[in-house]
Parts: sequence; structure tokens; C-alpha cells
Amino acid sequence: MSRVRLWQLGLVAGAVVLLEVLCRTGVINSFTMVPPTQMFAALAQAALHKTWFWPDVSYTLINIAAAVAISVVGGFLIGLGVHAIPRLRQALDPIFTSYYAVPTFILYPLLIVFCGIGPLSLIVMGALFGIVAMIVATLAALDRIPRVMLKVAKVSRLDPVRTTLLLKLPAAAPHLMTGLRLAVAYSIIGIIAGEFILSTAGIGRRVALSYNNFDNPTMYGLLVLILGFAAGVNALLGAFEQALHRRWYRPS
Amino acid sequence: MSLRPVRARSSVELAPQDGAAVHIALRGVAQTYPARAGHPPVQALAPIDFDFRQGEFVSVVGPSGCGKTTLLEIVAGLVRPTQGSVTVNGQAVTGSVAEGIGVVFQEDASFPWLNVRDNVAFGLRRAGLDAAEIARRVDDALSFMGLTAFHSAYPSQLSGGMRQRVCIARTLVLRPQIILLDEPFGALDQQTRLLMGEELLRLWRATGATVMLITHALDEAALLSDRVAVMSARPGRLIDVIPTGWPRERDSALVAEPEFGAFTARLWAMLREESRKALGTT
Amino acid sequence: MSARSRILDYTLLAAGLLIAWIALYRFAGPEALSPPLPTFERIGGFLDSASFWDHAEATGIAFLYGCVIALIGGMAIGFALGVNRFAGAVGEPILTTLYSIPKITLYPVILLIFGLGVSAKVAFGAIHGIFPVALFTIGAIKNTSPVLIKTARVLRLPRLTAIRTVYLPAALPEIVTGLRVGFATTLLGTLIGELFASDRGVGFILVRAMEAHRVTDIMALTLLLFAFAAGANALLLAVEHRIHRK
Repeated sequence: MSRVRLWQLGLVAGAVVLLEVLCRTGVINSFTMVPPTQMFAALAQAALHKTWFWPDVSYTLINIAAAVAISVVGGFLIGLGVHAIPRLRQALDPIFTSYYAVPTFILYPLLIVFCGIGPLSLIVMGALFGIVAMIVATLAALDRIPRVMLKVAKVSRLDPVRTTLLLKLPAAAPHLMTGLRLAVAYSIIGIIAGEFILSTAGIGRRVALSYNNFDNPTMYGLLVLILGFAAGVNALLGAFEQALHRRWYRPS
Repeated sequence: MSLRPVRARSSVELAPQDGAAVHIALRGVAQTYPARAGHPPVQALAPIDFDFRQGEFVSVVGPSGCGKTTLLEIVAGLVRPTQGSVTVNGQAVTGSVAEGIGVVFQEDASFPWLNVRDNVAFGLRRAGLDAAEIARRVDDALSFMGLTAFHSAYPSQLSGGMRQRVCIARTLVLRPQIILLDEPFGALDQQTRLLMGEELLRLWRATGATVMLITHALDEAALLSDRVAVMSARPGRLIDVIPTGWPRERDSALVAEPEFGAFTARLWAMLREESRKALGTT
Repeated sequence: MSARSRILDYTLLAAGLLIAWIALYRFAGPEALSPPLPTFERIGGFLDSASFWDHAEATGIAFLYGCVIALIGGMAIGFALGVNRFAGAVGEPILTTLYSIPKITLYPVILLIFGLGVSAKVAFGAIHGIFPVALFTIGAIKNTSPVLIKTARVLRLPRLTAIRTVYLPAALPEIVTGLRVGFATTLLGTLIGELFASDRGVGFILVRAMEAHRVTDIMALTLLLFAFAAGANALLLAVEHRIHRK
């Protein structure tokens, strides 16, 4: 294992140990935070014994999957379309550049009025949050296809469909991967935030419930679960993305 | 410009500045990159002995990957060789760059946040000269490199060739005694290269500096140098060092002389095998 | 693309959004949305009222504090991790991972630590903004062109001078991008903080309007927030482009 990895594991482990010590000795009181061991214990407890655990987890996961699917596929298709019409792209540009600077989550209550409380408004929220990242990444990916490759396609007399499948898609793959990673990250944030604010089920809602019931151990246990999940998914996609970039774009 | 009749070459090299003092001496200089995950150690440079005489113009040619750039960076003091030593004027070169060395890199090194004038004046301002002297030297350098009309432009507004001229001007204005150039004209077309080569010769004659030029263009090496050092494929070692015998006052009209073609052909004869090795087709 | 065609496009965009708005209103009814004209009037009403500006000031102060922490702290972390290669190799992946966590889940933790009030808002804003600033700063330093570093060494610049005259100006464009993103994210964080547990601030007025189901107020405030955030972002983008252009 490399020195870098060792240090990273060491730092994380050290932080956990520090938290444990501070909580156990009472420096951090139990109303504020519980020791990490207790967090993991509560999480295990919930997974093994609480009836709400797996239904809530699957509810959240299904919502996330749906939101990701919509934002990735929808974002890609919209990106393709917008890229083909430069005037449209120019007109929509202010929306794209300011999208993640404006508080889009404020629209969630509005969404509920339209779609009711339930998975639909959550999925739409998650998808709305992630789709623009995918659109922007798709636009950047299509931009980066070197013109010379398109000339090669013309010289090889490829039809538009084959040009897209055999040439454009592979050439754009690394940046599309980046868009995928961002769309997933944003969808996760959107769904969990939505569940937290107002929902009938899901892990986000369970966190809010635990908070309101002063059930700190369970709340922190669930937070650890969410943290681990988000970090894990991101790390996985990030590694994949890096590999693609390295393979496609070796420095000359 | 008139050419003296060329004497027959003997196999013993005769540098035009024969008897001139040694400016830079390399003894047993070699570079090995240590083993990395999954790769064995790589020897980039075989041991090299070479002397740069004071005020001479030396070109180094060789196939891709033979270690020319590594050699230049070792001479500059940017890289410490894993073996051997470099001395400049008798002083050993360790870790840091010695005084009086100017380097023109292959890539564009102009500072994008400064205009041409400020770029060229950069080194002088850090050296603490007074403003009037700085202005004078910068104006001289700008006119020498033909950049006077562009003095307030930013590098992003200039072509690649002009940016290289800015880098050369920035180096020249400090009056270095040693000028190292790593394929400075790589991105330019042939005509511009010939003209820039002439400017380089004017600069060399005006400053009396010792010049080391790395180039993959054999005609460029043949035209500009007093001596041409030929390197082998990796691990790069010196196959031969050939003096050209051209007079100091030379320019691109030299390409018309038959000796020039003969010299270039001789270089190619030596390099053809090495280049094939580097390409992996032997 | 000429400036004229751009203005035309933006006008068409605005018109399109307005039409979509009216259509949605027709479709969903006054329980869900309020139509453009009353909304704009309500916006005017807000901008006129002193109490609104009191709340805006509360938000603004919390946002400012959060920004200072995020921008300065982020740059400090970014420099430390960018300059020291080993520290960067260790720290950057950790930062990236922390950045990907849905920070809204940390909200209960922040509340427990800071209690209800300004410091919670500031904390929330700061933890949102500090990561992009740090990450962009690391990137800016790591992406410093090697040839510029070699040039600084050939010129034999002392370390501090090299930093001040070469490395910092070279890294500035990307750092400014990080500051812009950090600014926007800190604003979002501060607003989120206000939505949940605050008795002052624009987010607070919004929550009250949501609870009382005052649709016109909700829409007016939403539009105001959107306009402010988008406007500030556009301004910072313009600054950023000027710096990048050189």
C-alpha cells in the first residue's frame, strides 16, 4: 500500500478515534453527538432489527436510480439537441451558467403542489438537480471532439448514425463520464434533501424523524450510512472516470 | 558575406576557437531514472564527456528520446545528473541554476498576464536595475527581435513564433554568458526558422555568449553551429562531434554552398541508423 | 454571434419563460402558482418594505461571514495542499469525497453543535463554500505550467519573489473561478440554513410564506432570490472572464 494511502487511512482513522475519545470523555456532550462506535452500533441495530430500515433504504435507492436515469439520459439527449442548434445554445446559456448558483431546492414545495407528496416529486426534484450538470457536460464533451475526427468520418463516408456511435460517443466518453458522476452526486443530494424536507418515506425522512425524536444514535447512524454511500458511489465513479481520461487522453 | 575556402577535414576535431578556454565541462554525466511500479530503471543518458569552449556555438542533434532535453537541463542546473559532474568556469554545478545562464524552452514560457514589454523587462526588474537602464535595454532587445510594434500586446494576441521571440528577448536582455535553447523553433515553419536562425546568430555574435542549441533539424544544426554533437538513440551517448569550420559571420545564404549539403548529408548518414533504432524499425 | 443576436435571444428566452409561466398558471390554478403581474407587484412591495430589508440584512451578514470563512479558509487549505505535493496527494481525494456528501444531511449536526441562530447559518454557508474554493485552488497550483516553474528557477528568483511574481499570477484565473463557485455555494448554504432554523432572514420569510401558503409571496421571494443569485453570478463571471482573457 502506498504512502499516500496509508496517510489517508491514518487521517480518517485518527479523526474517528479523536471523535470517539472526545465523546466518551464528555468533552462533546451526548446531546450534541454520540461516539462513532455508538453510531455504527445504532446503524447495525437499525439494519438488523428495525422494520422500517430496508423499506426506507429501498425507497431512497429506487428514487435515486430513477432520478439518475432521467437526468443522465435526458441530459444527454437535451445536450445533443442543444449542441446541434448554436442559437438555442446561446439563448439557454444564462440558464446553464447560473443554474447551480440559484437555490433550486426552493422549487420543491412548488413541485409538491403539482405532483403531490410522494416519490414522483422527489424523483423530479432529483432529476431537475442533476440534469443540467449532464447537459453542460454533454455540451463540453461534444465541443471537445476534435474537428479532425469528423473529417476522418466524412472521408470514410460514414453515415450520421455510425458517426455518432463509432466516433462521437467514444471520443466524448471521458467527459460524459464526468457528467454522469456529477448527475449521480446531484441526484443523491436532491433526493435525500427532498426526503428530509417533506416526504412519506425514505432515509432522509428517517433522519428528520430521528432528529425530532431526539434519537441521536439512530440519526447519526443513518448519517454515517448516507455519508458512506455517497462517498463510496462517488469514489467508484471517480475512479472509473479517471481511468477513462487516462486511457483516452494520455499526455503526449 | 564571403566564405573562406574550406579546408579538408581531418578526423581530429578542430574547433574554430581552438585554444579558447573551457566554459562548461561535462565529465561522465549520465542519467538513470529509478524503477517505478512495473517498470525497470531506465537509463536516459549514457556517460557523456564534453567541453563547451568559451564563445562557441554547439548544436546537439539526435533521434527522439535520446535524452537531448535531459542533457540541456543538466547543463542548466535544473536537473542533477545521477552520475558525473558539470562545471561552469571551473565551479561545480549543484542543484540550483548558476548565474549568467539563459534558457529558451521548447514550450512557450511567456507570462500571459504581462504584456510584451513587461515580459521582456521581468528579469531586469527583479535584478534591481534602475528604471532608465531597464527601459533602454528593453527597447534595444525589442528592436533587435523586431517586437517594437508589439510592445503593449499580450502573449495571447501573438502567434507562436512571436511568443518565442518574446522569450528569446527576455533571455537576451539579461546578457547571459551561456545561452541554452531547447528546440526553440520547433513549432515554426521552415522559412521562419531560417530567419530566426539568422537572428540567433546575430545575437550570438553581439553577446559573445556560449550557445548550446538542441534541434532535430539537421540543416539548422549544420547552418548555425561551430560544432555539431551527434547523439545515439537511448541511452544517449555522443557518437561524434563534428566541427563545421564556418566563419563567424555566417547567415542563411550558407545553404547555397555545396559544403553545407555535404555536411548535412554526413550528419544524416550517422543518424539514420540511430533514428531507425529509436523508431523501432531495425 | 453578434451582441444584437444575443440580446434578441435573451429576449426570446425571457418571453418563452413568461409564456411557460402563464401556461403553468392556467394549468395548475391559483393554489399552486401566482401569475406574473401580481407576482411582480408583490416583489415591488417587498423591495419597498423596511422589514424586508431588515431580513435581507440578516441574511446578508450571515452570508458575508460565511463567505469570508469559505473563501479565505478555502484558499489557505488549497495553497497548503497545492504547494506540498504529498499533502495534496493525501488531502485532495479526501476533500473531493467530503464535497460529494449531501451536506444537507449534516444539517442536524450543525444545529446540535451551534444551536439555532446566526452561527449555524454561517457554519452551514461556510461548509458549503469552502470545498470548491479549496479544490479549485489546489487545481490552480497543480496546473501551473512546468515551463513557468523552470523559468523562475533559471531566473534564480528567491522563493517568495517567485511566488509573488510568477506562481500567483499564473494561478490567479483558476483561483478566481473557485472563488466564484465558492461564493454561489456559500449563498445556497446560507439560504438552506435559514429555511430550517432561523427567526430572521429572507429564508425565514420564505418558510413563513410556505407555511401560510401565501402563494404570491412564495413566488415573489423565489424570483427575488433567483434574480439576486443569478445576477451576482453573472457579475462574478464577467470579472472572471476579464482575468481569464489575458
